[in-house]
Amino acid sequence: MKSVIAEHLIKTYRNGEVRALDDLSLDVEEGTVLSVLGPNGAGKTTTVRILATLLSPDSGNATVGGIDVIKHPEKVREIIGLSGQYAAVDETLTGWDNLVMFGRLYHLGKQASINRANELLERFSLTDSARRPIKTYSGGMRRRLDLAASLIVRPKVLFLDEPTTGLDPRGRQEMWGVIEELVKDGVTLLLTTQYLEEADQLADEIAVIDHGKVIARGTSDVLKKQVGGERLEVVVESAHIKTTMEIVAKVSGDKVSLDEALRQISAPVSTGATALIEVLRALDVAGIHPLDVGLKRPSLDDVFMSLTGHVAEEVVAAPEAGRKKGRK
Amino acid sequence: MKNAISDALIITKRQILQLARVPEVLIFSTIQPVMFVLLFRYVFGGSISTDQPGGYVQLLMPGIFVQTVAFTLAATASGLAEDMGKGLIDRFRSLPISRSALVVGRTLGDSLLNILVLAVMGIAGFVVGWRPTSGLPKVMLGFLFLLLFGYALSWTGIFVGLSARDARVVQNVSFIITFPMTFLSNAFAPTTGMPRPLQYVAEWNPVSTMVAACRQLFGLENQFGATAGSFPSEHPLVMSLIYMVIIMVIFVPLSVRKYKNSSK
Repeated sequence: MKSVIAEHLIKTYRNGEVRALDDLSLDVEEGTVLSVLGPNGAGKTTTVRILATLLSPDSGNATVGGIDVIKHPEKVREIIGLSGQYAAVDETLTGWDNLVMFGRLYHLGKQASINRANELLERFSLTDSARRPIKTYSGGMRRRLDLAASLIVRPKVLFLDEPTTGLDPRGRQEMWGVIEELVKDGVTLLLTTQYLEEADQLADEIAVIDHGKVIARGTSDVLKKQVGGERLEVVVESAHIKTTMEIVAKVSGDKVSLDEALRQISAPVSTGATALIEVLRALDVAGIHPLDVGLKRPSLDDVFMSLTGHVAEEVVAAPEAGRKKGRK
Repeated sequence: MKNAISDALIITKRQILQLARVPEVLIFSTIQPVMFVLLFRYVFGGSISTDQPGGYVQLLMPGIFVQTVAFTLAATASGLAEDMGKGLIDRFRSLPISRSALVVGRTLGDSLLNILVLAVMGIAGFVVGWRPTSGLPKVMLGFLFLLLFGYALSWTGIFVGLSARDARVVQNVSFIITFPMTFLSNAFAPTTGMPRPLQYVAEWNPVSTMVAACRQLFGLENQFGATAGSFPSEHPLVMSLIYMVIIMVIFVPLSVRKYKNSSK
């Protein structure tokens, strides 16, 4: 059964000038994790906001837990949890205050709210800081509390919008641990991220989006295969870059890319070690000594590159309209 | 409906908790009006001549009370804008609570703060010589008028807070609304000294009407300039209530609608 279905969502801003979502469709199987992967401005947040009933699409349909988000948003709100860059907690209040307040707003009753707050604080290792205002928390603690707030009523479907953006590596590791625990408990999770590594680590399936459209989807392995298996990488002296690129292009028969800073030439190859030997021979004939050479399994970076023609991180905030603070 | 009320009260409680966690906010929001009392009493009080028994401070206090509750507009607006900016509103909107709970809760919370501020100001006023002569029931009725006026303006604040893009803009906009509103009135000086057209504006200004109503309820004769003989200056109590109803009738639906659509 599908827990989340989005069909042909279209959302435009500024009278159609900016198309945040351009016929976006996706779905999440119950009890699995879908990672929506894309650069800034690709439409990730807009997608989450529509599914979490914060925003209406211009057209298209969406259901969460079988409930129509446009027709019955109030019912959807009872079964979802939302946490992310724009769903926040009250920073002047303590962690405990916040969780109890949200518990009451979920109509849990006073004692039940208190019990649930204590339980969640314990679970997310925040018991020691429970009585401190959130503004004294570290980034990682804040995100964990934010996540805890979205779990108060044990949601069927959880939306996490860039849960680790802005965290340091340690905070990110901690957050991943927490999310992996949740997934074990069987929650259906839709997670957006701009980190390819994060999608790879947490998701059962990945939907790559760019300019408001899903441009590819599948498991991490399927997506990697789509790029054409392994990549050959050669690092040479600057003077030899041009010749080396020609050699690699001949062996690969595919698009060759160059990282000028690293003087690294790379291209997808289908013949693995054989291709490596061919390239080394040709380089030897040309009198070029590579500084480094190797075969690499494709990363999601490569997937993104081959799907969109640009590197994920390079696209800085395309249409920012969909991501203005708090309001649309 | 029952849930709508209890949800709103939880939001109100949140504001009380905030004050408990950051008591400085409370301290400074009471120091400011007390400072106004002292400044006006001792800086302008000496140069504004009045034949009011008990002196200028009798006329001043109702003016300052009204000014203070008028600033509720700014408090509500910037509080809400801050929540918007930080994404807290999105969190509330993703909860299964009634759509009006957040705005109703906030207006109630800001009114509660007003009770406290008015009490502190009343004491400060008493210390510097303010002595209402109308008896306790009428004085309490005066304070009730003040609270209601603040509550009505709080709804205007919701609208302003939801309309602006940035908390800093909200501050400025609220000041641009409340400053002329409180000074273009009979709150601190007689309107008779103003140019004729401004006198009419001041005469029909809800702040003037409110101040006149409070003065009446506190047992004062001098209305500080009822020159035009207009309806508001003749019937300040009735007109104050009418103004409050008008403000609410306009801004409650506007604000609730704005809040519902704030993300569309």
